[in-house]
Amino acid sequence: MNWEILAVLGIPLAGGAALALAGDRRWAAELNVALSFATFAAAGALTARVVRTGPILAFEEQFFVDPLNVFLVALTAFVAMTTSIFSRPYMRIEEDHGRLSAARLRLYHSMYQLFVFTMLLVLLTNNMGILWVALEAATLTTVLLVSLYRTPASLEAAWKYFILCGVGIAQALFGTILLYMASQKLLGSGIDALLWTHLAGVRSQLEPTVLSIAFVFLLVGYGTKVGLVPLHNWLPDAHAEGPTPVSAVLSGLLLNVALYALVRCKVLADGALGTPFAGELMMGFGIASVVVAAFFLSRQRDIKRLFAYSSIEHMGLVTFAFGMAGPVASFAGLLHMTVHSLTKSAIFFAVGHATQKTGTQVMEDIRGLIRARPTIGWGLIIGTVAILGVPPFGVFASEFLILTSAMRQEPWATPLLLLALGVAFAAVLSKVQPMVFGDTSEKFPPGRLPHQPALLPVFAHYAIVLTLGLYMPPYLADWYREAARLIG
Amino acid sequence: MSFSWSGAAAQLTELVLAILLAPLLLGWVNQCRAWLQNKGGPGVLRPYLMLRRLFAKDAIVAHGASPLFRVVPYVLFGAMSMAAAIVPTLGTDLPYAPAADAIALVGILALARVAIALAAMDIGTAFGSLGARREMMVGFLAEPALLMVLFTASLISQTTSLATTVETLSSRELAIYPSLAFAGVAFTMVSLAENARIPIDNPATHLELTMIHEAMILEYSGRHLALVEWAASLKLFVYSCIGIALFFPFGIAQGGDATGLLLALPALVLKLAIGGFLLALIETLSAKLRIFRAPEFLGTAFILAVLALLLHAFLETP
Amino acid sequence: MTALLTPALVGQIINVFAAVLLLVSFAMLAQRRILSLIDLFAAQGFVLCLSTAFVAWATGQTHLYWSAGLTFVLKVLLLPWILHRLIRRLNVKWDVETLINIPTTMLVGLVLVIFAFNLAQPVSELAGTVTRGTLGIALAAVLLAFLMMITRSKAVPQVIGFLAMENGLFFAATAATYGMPMVVELGIALDVLVGVIILGVFFFQIRERFDSLDIRHLEKLKEE
Repeated sequence: MNWEILAVLGIPLAGGAALALAGDRRWAAELNVALSFATFAAAGALTARVVRTGPILAFEEQFFVDPLNVFLVALTAFVAMTTSIFSRPYMRIEEDHGRLSAARLRLYHSMYQLFVFTMLLVLLTNNMGILWVALEAATLTTVLLVSLYRTPASLEAAWKYFILCGVGIAQALFGTILLYMASQKLLGSGIDALLWTHLAGVRSQLEPTVLSIAFVFLLVGYGTKVGLVPLHNWLPDAHAEGPTPVSAVLSGLLLNVALYALVRCKVLADGALGTPFAGELMMGFGIASVVVAAFFLSRQRDIKRLFAYSSIEHMGLVTFAFGMAGPVASFAGLLHMTVHSLTKSAIFFAVGHATQKTGTQVMEDIRGLIRARPTIGWGLIIGTVAILGVPPFGVFASEFLILTSAMRQEPWATPLLLLALGVAFAAVLSKVQPMVFGDTSEKFPPGRLPHQPALLPVFAHYAIVLTLGLYMPPYLADWYREAARLIG
Repeated sequence: MSFSWSGAAAQLTELVLAILLAPLLLGWVNQCRAWLQNKGGPGVLRPYLMLRRLFAKDAIVAHGASPLFRVVPYVLFGAMSMAAAIVPTLGTDLPYAPAADAIALVGILALARVAIALAAMDIGTAFGSLGARREMMVGFLAEPALLMVLFTASLISQTTSLATTVETLSSRELAIYPSLAFAGVAFTMVSLAENARIPIDNPATHLELTMIHEAMILEYSGRHLALVEWAASLKLFVYSCIGIALFFPFGIAQGGDATGLLLALPALVLKLAIGGFLLALIETLSAKLRIFRAPEFLGTAFILAVLALLLHAFLETP
Repeated sequence: MTALLTPALVGQIINVFAAVLLLVSFAMLAQRRILSLIDLFAAQGFVLCLSTAFVAWATGQTHLYWSAGLTFVLKVLLLPWILHRLIRRLNVKWDVETLINIPTTMLVGLVLVIFAFNLAQPVSELAGTVTRGTLGIALAAVLLAFLMMITRSKAVPQVIGFLAMENGLFFAATAATYGMPMVVELGIALDVLVGVIILGVFFFQIRERFDSLDIRHLEKLKEE
């Protein structure tokens, strides 16, 4: 009885429904945390089972759990949980500051759980059609979250998000239709023809022309949701204008999940085409994202937009790594997905409280956080340093591995990557350093925040990233290697 | 096609028939319009009376008119008669058939259009230039659409020769071709525009500022005007026959079949009568478009014609 | 009755449906009034439903009947009703404003149609269905809807363009693969419905804030 899968999916779904009714009570935030914790526990149980017994096919093969997606499931559940812990005081402070009402908090809490549900569904489903449906549903649940503050800018951001991601994902639907068309010849009609495990089994016999066109559409479609340049326009706005917990889960989780979908498609395309066409496309888009995002970083004035572009850059890096393929590159890509997710969400936590303390998102107006609120200040600077790839944090390890693989496999890319990473380093650090260490600005609202900010998640994330950088436990390394093998 | 006596006879008959029947078609259309509007109507033979009256009058020519002005009515009439001779109305075995090319047909119609526009500008009045300008604008947009329609038909029959096209189209088994349907609609729109019918132009209007065709012929009188009006009714006849030949080619005699020719005549009359009635219906049900909307109307016709072409090329061939 | 249906005739009737679908897509592109736009969208859904039902009848794939029924309920009845209600409550019955004039839009549309036909040519040869010739038209319908979205400056026509795009994709699915598995189709239908509902809520938020649904109000966030 696959109760783990049922629990992992059922808890957020039921939670979403429950919070839709009761999300405006005082204890809604605690319920949110409790549900996320329960989801994480179930995810942990699922992971333990997969590690013990190997991949699982459940419910008439509609759900598939292998080392690749189970670690993402665990990561998603974990970050969702820590974000819910962070969001508890954060949203309370927002409510006290008058930016949100209880009714909107109800929408927020129920959509939060539903969003987690859709992401977990994307990860666990074996059916490429349901994958599409769930990814589109993930967009839909977050549209109203981005516009939660109802400011003109947030409405615009949500509209852009909906339209751009909607159009993008429609391309992915066409790609899925083509995929189904190719698979029908070999697997017949009916739902089994869309199961990834079956498709992977026959992937060398899939029609190359159809698969190549299908992959292009899928890349454009799912790539929009990953935030690859030039389809990234929605990302900075959505991150900057939505509430910070939403920015954290968008950056930390949704981008990963979309990339996972893309990688599954790449495996099929590689098998069908036999040429590195799919990988080359991914590499191209990846490098473009890294370089463009790096150069946009220095022009940002809003702190959340700054870190949004940083997310684009890092996801471009991971896409590039997966495009290169090969055991080291894929391993590095998976590691980078993990550490980026943890670090970026932690940074957003710190940024969230920093902006609440100072009342502004404009970087020039924030100064001397280390004096005004030491924990927030340290949280921000450690996170920045970590995300920029400074050793001994985990990001350094994964970036190093990606760069060395690039030097070996795709030498032309190495100077571009180094340049982009260098530019990003300079841009971000030059902006964040004065924010943390500069002279305290008199413009800060005096006094403490109404509720104790939750900074434990921030440092918990950093601790994990540091550990991964210093010492990777062997079982974890094996796990990543196993998953990397599945990617090819 | 080689010369054959029956073919020549058919050709001559077609030509004479066209010249004689064209005013009748016009009269029929006007009468139907009146009936649809619950009026008594001027009678089907009215255009003949008008022509007789005009031929009896003196032709007055303005002082500044060049020789072009006097020549154009004859050019018009000649061009339209030639067009009528080319279009296979009764039979397809015509001596002129080698010259009966779709592109040549469009060229002849264009010649007529240019001639009348030049004549309109010849006197130098404001209304003449106004009419000429509008006529050229309509023509500039309608010609590509007409060409596309003819090309669609040509693609289906693999030749631009009108006679061969008609033969191919009439001998196919019954099949549903959306491309022909689109082309038919496009052709109807183009003929409405080219013949100065509603919704592009109102043939019964007295307001000079809304005229296109009437504005161009304001200066003509007497036998010149008679010829011009006759040519206009011939144009309507020719367009109707093109439509019938492309889209309803049943009944047109194949080759030099004499009995076929005899049967083709009543078939033609019947089809023209129905077509005239439908034209009157369209005119009654539509309102005249404002002149700056005419490009949109014709643009739609063009789009439909191109779509017909594309549909045929991509859907119906392989 | 089915004996009358030679494969050639079946192909021709499907071509007729596809041609009408393309025509409706062009008509939507040329529309000036928003009420007619919604009615055209309903007409598009109706053509889709009829063609799916016809394919179901001609090829014996009974699951397509369900698909046709779903299309009918969702796209001919439910979505146009929601849209009508939306514009009535938002009080927006204006003319559709376009960013480039309509004849130019139509010409660009023609180019897109040619492009779509060319793109679909190699793929449609590989499909195993009787409707494969119409894959080009489906892709053309998608691209035309996309064009409609980017040349409109008001919110509701953009959404209708988005829904029309989904119609085109549905037709592509029918053309290439006799429709997706029912579960997937239900999921997609659910997504579409939820999407429209969310958009409805969203429009009210926009209107509340801007007193207008002109998209150009929503173009202030630019790169600094």
